[in-house]
Amino acid sequence: MKIRKNIAISENGFIFNPMTGDSFSVNETGAFILQKLKDDESEETILQNLMDEYDLDTYTAERDLNDFLSMLKGHQLTTNE
Amino acid sequence: MKPTYESPIITKLNAGMMNKFGSRTEYTPVKSIDNVAVADLMDEYGSPLFVISEKTIRQTYQKALKAFKMRYPKVQFAWSYKTNYLDAVCQVFHQEGSWAEVVSGFEYQKALRNGVPGNLIIFNGPDKSAEDLKMAVENRSLIHIDHFDELYMLIEIMEEMENTKARVAIRVNMDTGVYPQWDRFGFNYDNGQAWNAIVKIIAQEKLQLEGLHCHIGTYMLTANAYAVAARKMCELALSYANTTGERVKYLDMGGGFCSSNTLKGSYLQGADIIPTFDDYAKAITSTILQFGFRPDELPLLILETGRALIDEAGYLLGTVLATKRLADGRRATVLDTGVNIMFTSFWYNHRISPAQDFSQHAEETALFGPLCMNIDSLRESVILPIMKKGDRIVVHEVGAYNMTQWMQFITLRPNIVMIDTKGDVHLIRKQETVNTIVDCEVVPEHLAKHNL
Repeated sequence: MKIRKNIAISENGFIFNPMTGDSFSVNETGAFILQKLKDDESEETILQNLMDEYDLDTYTAERDLNDFLSMLKGHQLTTNE
Repeated sequence: MKPTYESPIITKLNAGMMNKFGSRTEYTPVKSIDNVAVADLMDEYGSPLFVISEKTIRQTYQKALKAFKMRYPKVQFAWSYKTNYLDAVCQVFHQEGSWAEVVSGFEYQKALRNGVPGNLIIFNGPDKSAEDLKMAVENRSLIHIDHFDELYMLIEIMEEMENTKARVAIRVNMDTGVYPQWDRFGFNYDNGQAWNAIVKIIAQEKLQLEGLHCHIGTYMLTANAYAVAARKMCELALSYANTTGERVKYLDMGGGFCSSNTLKGSYLQGADIIPTFDDYAKAITSTILQFGFRPDELPLLILETGRALIDEAGYLLGTVLATKRLADGRRATVLDTGVNIMFTSFWYNHRISPAQDFSQHAEETALFGPLCMNIDSLRESVILPIMKKGDRIVVHEVGAYNMTQWMQFITLRPNIVMIDTKGDVHLIRKQETVNTIVDCEVVPEHLAKHNL
């Protein structure tokens, strides 16, 4: 899963989708994941990065990452390229 | 040091749009109740857990009493057992000077067990058996007659009882200008039924009309309705005095005062719209005082306030069992505090606070209880800080009705503790076990075994 190329992401967690005109806010963990997606990291890498960054167990990291990715998809911020 | 973890969220920004469910309300966690740590309480007594603050009960009672006593010379509260009949709670009210107000034989027995003298028990309600009535007559209790069938039953009972009189009042319902008008309890004032009942009582040698009672509704958002009710009660008292030359000793204005909970569908928060004790007291006492009784003939004013005296003193502590996504992308949070133990969530939007630190981020979530039943929904939508499995919550203002109206359904009912005025914690009702339930069951012999 990748973030659409034209999505603007600010450092403090403000997201703008020029295609729909929608804007969003994310918390720190959300911004962390979005940045990794923007850097074209794979889901496996992001999962590992999350666990390392926050000292998380696999289940929590996997559950929360999947939940967050499904929300990004629901908001039409992702592409399947 | 690793940064503190919080589940990732993304929130769509709707500039200029109003959220019909209101905005976020919780900005600080509730980590303690009366200086006792929520975490300690739950570690020792489990989750969910009801907590009652004795200090809050006493303070609220004193506030209510003061509002009436500073305006009227003869005031008596009677604790409404149905609102919360845990013995420990009743005893706090009895220590403060409250009589008992009961609405069933079961509650009557509880009041007697709590040491309330029979003559200080008010017996309301539409369901009094012949045995209940005999017991009440023998104990010199105040019997508030609800309907003609009860009146005639009492007359029959009194024919068999010698050398005693029953102390009675009639329950009066009336139009006080509010909707819905409560007319199912007692005798109607406006169509003359109440007066007919009084005339019937006057004709009975063994019935002594001691007072008049009304209960105009519940969660009354206007104090003026009590002024209307008080005036009609005074009119009845005057008619009685003019007819018999005797005076009724008391006017019982019942209950129905609001707590500061927010009703479902209310645009404003409960605390912003409810009348205060002073508002109610002013409406009732000024009406009676200005009616024209001679100062030495003023009737005793009895109040059966329940909800407004106990709601704020009750808390429900719970735990997040799971968080999930609904089909439309909304967050759903599953708690271990369901409608089975939080009956009032059917009509209140209870305030719910996290019991641990959280970030500034918040998310819209639906709140569900633990029951495998679609009805177990506490809040359709509420904006709360991000919570995860295992986090703890505090539900506010659950002291009224939940600990009496709760259901033993699907799961068992939890411990209830009381924090006394010194901060010591007492278990006042033990959590149920499987035996609590099955001990009442009987399995016929032919069903005792099977061959699975």
